[in-house]
Amino acid sequence: MENLNQLTQWEVFIQSKSGSPYEHAGSLHAADKSMALQNARDVYTRRGEGRSLWVVPSDCIVASSNEDAEEFFDPSEDKIYRTPNFYKMPKGSTNI
Amino acid sequence: MSTQEESLKKFQQRIDADEKIEPRDWMPENYRKTLIRQISQHAHSEVIGMQPEGNWVLRAPSLRAKKILLAKIQDEGGHGLYLYSAAETFGVSRAEMIQQLQEGKAKYSSIFNYPTLTWADMGAIGWLVDGAAIVNQTMLAKCSYGPYARAMLRICKEEGFHQRQGYEIMGKMMNGTPAQREMAQDAMNRFWWPSLMMFGPPDADSAHSAESMHWKIKVESNDKLRQRFIDRTVEQANHIGLTVPDKDLKYNKETMHWEFGPINWDEFWTVVKGNGPCNHQRMNHHIHYHNEGAWVREAAMAYERKISAN
Repeated sequence: MENLNQLTQWEVFIQSKSGSPYEHAGSLHAADKSMALQNARDVYTRRGEGRSLWVVPSDCIVASSNEDAEEFFDPSEDKIYRTPNFYKMPKGSTNI
Repeated sequence: MSTQEESLKKFQQRIDADEKIEPRDWMPENYRKTLIRQISQHAHSEVIGMQPEGNWVLRAPSLRAKKILLAKIQDEGGHGLYLYSAAETFGVSRAEMIQQLQEGKAKYSSIFNYPTLTWADMGAIGWLVDGAAIVNQTMLAKCSYGPYARAMLRICKEEGFHQRQGYEIMGKMMNGTPAQREMAQDAMNRFWWPSLMMFGPPDADSAHSAESMHWKIKVESNDKLRQRFIDRTVEQANHIGLTVPDKDLKYNKETMHWEFGPINWDEFWTVVKGNGPCNHQRMNHHIHYHNEGAWVREAAMAYERKISAN
């Protein structure tokens, strides 16, 4: 892969309004942090989609793989007692 | 069953279950190749598509019209960037894709090889060309490849304005002087058929369709999408008094579709093969400004090397 004239790749995350989670929007190329932020603003928030941005170099992201998903997430599968529906409420009682 | 067959079977099961495929997942080589080709050509189309409209920025009839046109062209540059990023998830570099475009190995949508002769063409492009693009891209937002589908969702949201502003231009001109009405009808006459060709050859002659449908790279066929566009657009044309330049056009009450005359596929292939009215101009322009901007890319690279060395 030719990489000579390609700047570092960054992933862009947008917070749409105060208090909302940051959601992945896409990626872009930039030479440094401030260029990454400015490019992210120009490319991904031309219509007020965001009030805050995160940019992260793509190679800093660690991802689980789909092929291993089954065994990777297996530990949570047989623990339904972690959800409220597992529990029977006494008849006539009200919810907390 | 070999490991390869086993992987292919699992892949197809995921596709059939409407799961999205992500960059790190196993995928057949041809799925990868098809998507690199399709997404990069889609990106090139957005970028080349800035040229016919750029032709009218300095001649827009009002400040309002000029601001709208600039915003639309900026969107198209942005869409090109989303799409290049989506293609890069396969490990292909942007420089490589641009090289393929400039060497003529990668295509872009043929519609941009037609000239924009009058202001009414800005209306026709927004209304017809972006209208056709929306029909196609709404389908592509359901594509099985996650990054492409997500880019499409974002693009579809933004293109709604493109189509409406185009229709507004056409409507305004149809309410204007006889010369303006004539200009609008002329733009309609020139852009109608090329817009229908944007959906690609008929299903029976479409080289990549069957496999793409099987892998849900596309989820609806060329002919079906073309019909949807025609059904929507004919009503809009009639509403503002424009005539669709097709003497065979008639509404079928039973199928509830508009039936249309034969499309000149010889013209389509002539333009695809590089002999449309503006193919050379578009490519020369792209190469010229790409080279002229080389110093900016070099300066950014030098800066990046300098700060990472510190």
